[in-house]
Amino acid sequence: MNRGALIAFMVKELRHILRDRQTLIVLLLMPLVQVVLFGFALRSDVRDIRLVVIDPSPDYETMALRDRFRSSDRFHIVATPPSMVAAEPLFRKGTADAALVFAPDFAEQLGRGEPARVLLVIDASDPNTGTTIQGYTRAVIAMHEAELSARQPRLRIVPETRMRFNPTLESVNLFVPGLIALVLTLVSALMTAISLSREKERGTLEVLLVSPLRPWQIIVGKVLPYLALAFANVVTALVAAWLVFQVPFRGSLPLLLAESILYSIVSLALGVLIAAKTPSQRAAMLAAMLGTLLPSTMLSGMVFPIASMPGWLVPFTYIVPARWFIVIARGIMLKGVGLEHLWLETLVLIVMMTVLMIAAVRSFKPRLA
Amino acid sequence: MRALRFLLRKEFLQIFRDRFMLRQMMIMPVVQLLILSSAATFEIKSAQLYVVDLDHSQMSRGLVDRLQAGGRFVVAEASPSMDLANEAMLARTVGMILVVPPDFERDLVRTREARVQLILNAEDGAAAGVTQSYAAQIIRAYAAEIGAELAPSVDYAAEIGAELAPSLSSVGAVELSTRGWYNPELDYRDFMVPGILVQLVTVIGTLMTAMNIVREKEIGTLDQLSVTPLSQGAFITAKLIPMWVIAMFELAIGLLIARFVFHVPMVGSIALVFGAAAVYLVAALGIGLWVSTLAETQQQAMFVTFFIIMTYLLMSGLFTPIRAMPEWAQWLTEINPVKHFIQIMRAVLLKGAGVGDVLRPLGALALFGTVVLTLAVRRYGRR
Amino acid sequence: MSSSARPDPAIAISTRDLTRQFGDFTAVDHITFDVGAGEVFGFLGANGAGKTTAIKMLIGLLAPTGGEGHVAGFDIRTERPEIRRNIGYMSQRFSLYGDLTVRENIDLYGGIYGLSDAQINDRAHTLLASLGLEGSARELVGRLPLGWKQKLAFSVALLHEPKIVFLDEPTGGVDPITRRQFWEMIYATGARGTTVFVTTHYMDEAEYCDRISIMVDGRIAAIGTPGELKTRFSAVTVNDVFVQLARPVDAA
Repeated sequence: MNRGALIAFMVKELRHILRDRQTLIVLLLMPLVQVVLFGFALRSDVRDIRLVVIDPSPDYETMALRDRFRSSDRFHIVATPPSMVAAEPLFRKGTADAALVFAPDFAEQLGRGEPARVLLVIDASDPNTGTTIQGYTRAVIAMHEAELSARQPRLRIVPETRMRFNPTLESVNLFVPGLIALVLTLVSALMTAISLSREKERGTLEVLLVSPLRPWQIIVGKVLPYLALAFANVVTALVAAWLVFQVPFRGSLPLLLAESILYSIVSLALGVLIAAKTPSQRAAMLAAMLGTLLPSTMLSGMVFPIASMPGWLVPFTYIVPARWFIVIARGIMLKGVGLEHLWLETLVLIVMMTVLMIAAVRSFKPRLA
Repeated sequence: MRALRFLLRKEFLQIFRDRFMLRQMMIMPVVQLLILSSAATFEIKSAQLYVVDLDHSQMSRGLVDRLQAGGRFVVAEASPSMDLANEAMLARTVGMILVVPPDFERDLVRTREARVQLILNAEDGAAAGVTQSYAAQIIRAYAAEIGAELAPSVDYAAEIGAELAPSLSSVGAVELSTRGWYNPELDYRDFMVPGILVQLVTVIGTLMTAMNIVREKEIGTLDQLSVTPLSQGAFITAKLIPMWVIAMFELAIGLLIARFVFHVPMVGSIALVFGAAAVYLVAALGIGLWVSTLAETQQQAMFVTFFIIMTYLLMSGLFTPIRAMPEWAQWLTEINPVKHFIQIMRAVLLKGAGVGDVLRPLGALALFGTVVLTLAVRRYGRR
Repeated sequence: MSSSARPDPAIAISTRDLTRQFGDFTAVDHITFDVGAGEVFGFLGANGAGKTTAIKMLIGLLAPTGGEGHVAGFDIRTERPEIRRNIGYMSQRFSLYGDLTVRENIDLYGGIYGLSDAQINDRAHTLLASLGLEGSARELVGRLPLGWKQKLAFSVALLHEPKIVFLDEPTGGVDPITRRQFWEMIYATGARGTTVFVTTHYMDEAEYCDRISIMVDGRIAAIGTPGELKTRFSAVTVNDVFVQLARPVDAA
């Protein structure tokens, strides 16, 4: 076991990384900037709904309901055209989000004790906001209904709602665990893949392979500095999230860090494998993006919930390491659970790590043959 | 320029000789569209429900049945134990707990009002909000139903001293019906596909351009070319044109797949889509060029470009609505070419917008593109 | 900077106090020398002595921070485009495209230098014949052995028949036989009237040059024919001359 050589090698790798100031800055700064930027900017709740009101026969009743919308801080009325046809251009241009259309005999219906009709037309090209707008509109109308029927009490079942783990429905709480996974994937898999494939292209890798260093030592030496970097990133991201957004941290920090390291190693091994199997740096980059980054953002549950995905797609998500890590990260941060609830996910990651590392080391051996 | 012709020939030869790259470029649009458009949805299919029914009355059972009836909720388990319910939520087997208190039916009949508790797993943030509003909706409807059944009770009428109304439940009720335009099924795919296409085009336009130029720097052929009479303009043009062509080609393939495999509606003018893409690519390529002046190695080029692209993509309205961002962030998106392009794509493909409708984002794109390209070329000259 | 008076056409390259600083560090320190037309000029020095920086200034890749220089009669600060049309260059890091074929590389550079299709065709045939590479016209350059790549790069640098050709460490890593062949090609080029400006750290190659200069720490420590220098420094080989110069004489 050539300890001295391995250490010398790792020192050289570290120097190498530290010298590449530009990349280093991007790597260290990136998660920080992103946590802050996205934490502030990425939200799912639409705050300011631009409403168009179409009221063919305005009177006391319709104005009462309109006033409710006007005084709501979620809506603001942008236009009152005479008909839907006139409203269409506003939708096409994207200057209106929804239209509230009163039935012509709105007041009469109320007077007769019949349900008065109101039509909500939403720009559903964004289905997400569409659902949200629907929800808010219903809420405003429900408030109005309550007032209308104050004198005539109706049967009411009142649900008291409690949102567990994320009482304020803060998007950032949801999003930080995913961001950590993303950063880890980026630094571990992508960086490693590119860096190794660069050495391969340059030919310096062959020099290493002929040296007294064994293949696994070369891999470890190459990969360790990136592990350290990834770790630094996780800590930075967590600190930023905690300081700036008061993201809760209910579970065990050491456990989270340990799991992060586990996940990093999985990604690193993946990066090594990609470098071994691709012919050039360009190719390694594309393969790494397609094979690690894209699945980690799209198929891991980070942005789009797995529960919403079509049935045939779900098995694919099982082979995405990030998917398991995000469950772990969310569990620890938001729910405060420990290994007793996360043992399955941890086990999966351990298995992935072993398989990938064996494959990675193996992929370097044939070069000597 | 004759030299340009030779250079372009070289560029295209190099690209087509790179088999791995070619394969990737063919696979990328297919894979991305196929998998991503299916994955990219926030639809809530059905939530697993844990019922803690402490009343066991006809009304409480009726409530649970009603919740299940729509298919939105599925009762996973039921028991009188809150502890078990909490465990189930921690173990992620249920998304919502319904707690019905012991005197539920009695309260309803006697006081016309009863409370229930809904506990949701809000890990997913927005999803919980949507689930809650579905549940509230169903509960309200149920309340209206039993209200109607209970109404013809003379005792009750006498109790509250109110006049009998034909339908107690609908007094003072406003009925809301909803219609969604441009995407009546609220299909996420139609919404995401334009965005995915933009992403595709961006990766090629910006990332590949930067990598391509920096590769010549790294190998040393850039120096060689700099010593020739080749003008800078010719060199830059020869680097940008192939990427532009390939990106447009990928867009075409992507649109074809979207149209014929996924039946994404394409209401507006495809020519306008390509026109907007052409303008957008000027911006994307400009950014790629600019990055190539900063980076010495392909590794650096990749990282810086990637950082920029990712930030632009996440802030572009593709994953979260721009309308939900704070004021300052919304202003920031004005210098985000990806945002403008996505806006145009969605407007044209889904709403059938014409040139007049998208003048503003188109103009912003043109302006941004010109500025970035000029800056990049200037930087290039300062070697 | 005046460009109206054309310097002596018999002088291919001339510099006066040419200097290049990088911050505090002076890479090239006031060098002054002339290279006559048709000369095979060896620009020697140890690695890091400033040779590559100097050559980059001459071919227009780097701007000088002081002094002046003329190549083919044109000012290196203000008339770079004209210089570029009149010189050929073979860079230290390999300069042909490995993923293009031999013929494609030739076509590319021919086109860049403004040769007509007919000219390109002719010269390509001649070039390939002289190198014995006719059969390999369709081979990817990346697959050729190093020695052939170097010879090819040299020939391509001369494709447009420039007045001066700059070679930066052209024989790095090749076997002695190939090196000899290479220098024979250089001689033949010189004999045709092309000025050859070669940098190298192989001192034995210097013996082949018409005149040489030796750079030490950014300055030209000695310049003259190999014979003159050997006499001046009482050395048997140019290498001995170099060793003397590189070891600083104790200041008296």
